Amino acid sequence: MSTTSTVSAVPAADGGKGPVVSDAQRAARRRVARVWAGRIGLAAFVIGGWQAFTSWGIVDPFFFGQPSGIWQRLIDLFQHGTQFGSFYQNIWTTIQEALAGFAVGSLTGIVFGVALGQSRYLSDVLGPYIKMVNAIPRIVLGSIFIVAFGIGVTPKILLAAVLVFFIVFFNAYQGVREVDRNVLANVKVLGASRMQTTRHVILPSALTWIIASLHSAFGFAIVGALVGEVLGAQSGLGLVIKTAQNNFDPNGVFATMLVIAVIVLGAEWLIGKLEHRLLSWRPPAPSEANAL
Amino acid sequence: MASRNDVATSPGAGAADQANARIEISGLTKRFLTPAGEVFTALQGVSFTVEPGQFCAVVGPTGCGKSTTLGLVSGLDRPSEGSVKVGGREVDGITDGVSFMFQTDALLPWKTVLGNVLMGPVFRGVPKQQAQASARDWLRRVGLTGFEDRYPHQLSGGMRKRVAMAAALINEPKILIMDEPFGALDVQTKAIMSTELLSLWEQIRPTVLFITHDLDEAVALADRVVVMTSSPGSVKEVFDIDLPRPRGSVQEIRFQPRFIELQHQIWDTLREEVERAYALTAGGKE
Repeated sequence: MSTTSTVSAVPAADGGKGPVVSDAQRAARRRVARVWAGRIGLAAFVIGGWQAFTSWGIVDPFFFGQPSGIWQRLIDLFQHGTQFGSFYQNIWTTIQEALAGFAVGSLTGIVFGVALGQSRYLSDVLGPYIKMVNAIPRIVLGSIFIVAFGIGVTPKILLAAVLVFFIVFFNAYQGVREVDRNVLANVKVLGASRMQTTRHVILPSALTWIIASLHSAFGFAIVGALVGEVLGAQSGLGLVIKTAQNNFDPNGVFATMLVIAVIVLGAEWLIGKLEHRLLSWRPPAPSEANAL
Repeated sequence: MASRNDVATSPGAGAADQANARIEISGLTKRFLTPAGEVFTALQGVSFTVEPGQFCAVVGPTGCGKSTTLGLVSGLDRPSEGSVKVGGREVDGITDGVSFMFQTDALLPWKTVLGNVLMGPVFRGVPKQQAQASARDWLRRVGLTGFEDRYPHQLSGGMRKRVAMAAALINEPKILIMDEPFGALDVQTKAIMSTELLSLWEQIRPTVLFITHDLDEAVALADRVVVMTSSPGSVKEVFDIDLPRPRGSVQEIRFQPRFIELQHQIWDTLREEVERAYALTAGGKE
């Protein structure tokens, strides 16, 4: 009964334009405006300061780049491409590698995490090895992959997948471990088989953890692809950065960095959408309403 | 309509194997190994019988192994000694035809109300359409028509309990095991839910094993009250409650002279156990 009354109270608050409501709306709008003013002001301060210091000669643009130069270089890259194909093609190579590595790494991470989370024996046997491999600085594996698989896309995908795997794996494992014991006992008594328990209870429960890990995992997929390209490649943004570095072209490095940031933000946005869809059952957390 | 017929026929089929619903517990002992490596005896030689279709309440002080007993009856856990027989058969593995209701609700937060109630039939391989029809029917019986598409977090505590009740009863269990199901509810909601439970129970008459701290609740609902001793748990005394059925409202029954008499009798037995358990836990903390 109480639910019905609260539900009907919400539209009333929205529809009725009482003085209290419009006051609250105005206050909320003012707050949003102030936040945006602060954001734009901060960006103007940093970029403007950078531009000013380099043009006054306090900071040498030859080593540290210059915002206007970065912008020029970005336009130039998009219009004239690089020595090794158009800029779009290089972007596409990196995105492909990152996506493939992300898919492979997160899928294997989920499978291993769910399997080890459910089997005490498996986790006891494999646990120490996984911790050991996790302790290796995995970027170094890139060198081995390049030696083993050449300078094509395969070593980059592998490196990205390895970086993604561990993040997703540990989260999936923890998510499975956190499943409510009462719920498990309940579905067992209701007659659920092992497969049904995994599908209806364990996976959805672990999904909250897995999705949270995907946010940072895509960033790591890009890192894996880029590092692989810097180590040796025929195309890709990592190669663009490496070439710019060799030519003492900091503007080129910054311009490529900007493009990478846009890619990661786009992926982040897509994962956010996915999260929203898959976890629509969750009660809206108070922190989410104010989230950035 | 089709679903109504299904539901109507199954209690008839259930009546044929009514004798299957007898719970015989004899000499039940359960020991655990504590993390410190010591042996902790939770249950010691527990014996009692619940007749088919009987409502049996188990009361006892905190930590007397009531929940352990339930785990053993449902087959979630194995006894160290002694035996649990359901319908004459030794329990090994999950007991067939059992449903469980817990104090904290064991609903899946990512499934809608309908999805939660559907679980029982779906796990048993009932065709989707038939399962949905009977889930809707059970939601109607617990008074939740129109809430099928809500998620558990959108419901009040009492409504969630009703969903759990529908989910537990939809498989028409021959044995219903309840572990302080209404312990977390406020007093008024608890009384309403108890009355509703009684009326649903009278419709399908499963054998009920009901754990509670609340002596009033035990006397008002049950045919038989088992009083357990403090740790290690064993049966202290069994009382038969001869209040007539149907009992109607749980609030009304509390004022009947026979209720008060029984309540006093059982409390006299229970009190020293509660005091001993309290002294143990309070002393242990020092």
